Amino acid sequence: MAEFNFKLIKNPLSKENPITIQVLGICSALAVTAKLQPAFVMALSVTVVVAFSNVIISFLRNTIPPRIRIIVQLVIVSLLVILVDQVLKAFVYDVSKQLSVFVGLIITNCIVMGRLEAFAMSNKPFDSFLDGIGNGLGYAVILITLGVVRELFGSGTLWGYQIIPESFYNFGYQNNSLMIMPPMALILVGIIIWVQRARNKELCEKE
Amino acid sequence: MFSNRYIFIYATVLVIVSAAILTLASVGLKPMQDKNIRVEKMQQLLSAVGIESTPKDAEDLFNKYFIEQHAVNAKGEVVASIVNGKQTKGSITPFALDTKKQLALYKANDVSASLPIYICMKDGEKSYVVPVLGNGLWGGIWGNIAFSEDLNTIVGVNFDHKSETPGLGAEIALPDFQDQFKGKTIFENDNFTSVEVVKRADKNNPHQVDAVSGGTITSNGVTDMLKSCLQFYIPYFNSLKK
Repeated sequence: MAEFNFKLIKNPLSKENPITIQVLGICSALAVTAKLQPAFVMALSVTVVVAFSNVIISFLRNTIPPRIRIIVQLVIVSLLVILVDQVLKAFVYDVSKQLSVFVGLIITNCIVMGRLEAFAMSNKPFDSFLDGIGNGLGYAVILITLGVVRELFGSGTLWGYQIIPESFYNFGYQNNSLMIMPPMALILVGIIIWVQRARNKELCEKE
Repeated sequence: MFSNRYIFIYATVLVIVSAAILTLASVGLKPMQDKNIRVEKMQQLLSAVGIESTPKDAEDLFNKYFIEQHAVNAKGEVVASIVNGKQTKGSITPFALDTKKQLALYKANDVSASLPIYICMKDGEKSYVVPVLGNGLWGGIWGNIAFSEDLNTIVGVNFDHKSETPGLGAEIALPDFQDQFKGKTIFENDNFTSVEVVKRADKNNPHQVDAVSGGTITSNGVTDMLKSCLQFYIPYFNSLKK
């Protein structure tokens, strides 16, 4: 049994976060976070795909001819993505409709290919698995944060349940429609990056 | 190093194994996916007549309210019927008809084309629901139109789309747009006029509704869809009115 390298899970959550530090996977982070539920399902799907493609590629890493390695990676990733898509269609049809093309686009999500090239091609399967889980969770943390903020202020609900009481609306409170638009997600990601850098000076570039 | 031979064999084996796994998954999950699609179709039909449903109760509600379903051809003849769950005519299930295929046959002047019509009985009021299907800007649009017993007045509609632009064309799937259709009529003195989606529609004109701003092509798509699909049912409607 390989040693459990906790750093592989912890680092992507903070100082190596795929979204806020590596700035990968922004496209889907903007597109699917208007509501919490699709954001959660997307995060889960990406985590599963990254973790398992990392493991498979890591097992195969010594057999893969370098000249066709990107194609091999793509085949493995697409295989997993199509499986995830089929499972979503069979069990959570509503959510799969909302996510529509974005599940298919996990194939092109930079996080997946990025981790395969940067980690799985040169590390052992168990470490690769942890790295995949870590990066998936790092992606999930940001997506879920965005999902919570955007759904709460954009629709007044969380996971579809009304959170902001009716009486607020009677006093003239209104949902912020800007929250449901993709630009607001980008602004929120910016704010998260700002806060993260303000608290951790190591992350700032040297002048 | 790896020889060319190795690379070719490696790639071939990889692709075949992946294809086999996907085939298994696809075959294994098909029944559940088909059920979801069926249930969604039922929910859309229910929504056209103003009945809220959830994926869980859709099937029961559908069977409760939609007492009859018929398949009719372009001449207005009924080719198959299911009444209260029993096949009374023909052998096909109208609900299972593929609207897209049948419309293509109809456009190719194939006499075998037939489309479904559903009869709903809700609170003692009878309504006729027909499916419509057409093209928006980016992909398909579809919906269901419910008529009252006079086969002229629209009592409710529901539209959905594959990939129209959110905030623009996708507005056709929202109640604000769909509610405009209530009370509109498709005949003017026995002549089929359909309902048009136009800019700055005259509210008092019974054959016009307001277009979606910024969604002109989608709006025109709705107009074309209504015109071409409802046309199909006109002979049937006329035969019922006699």
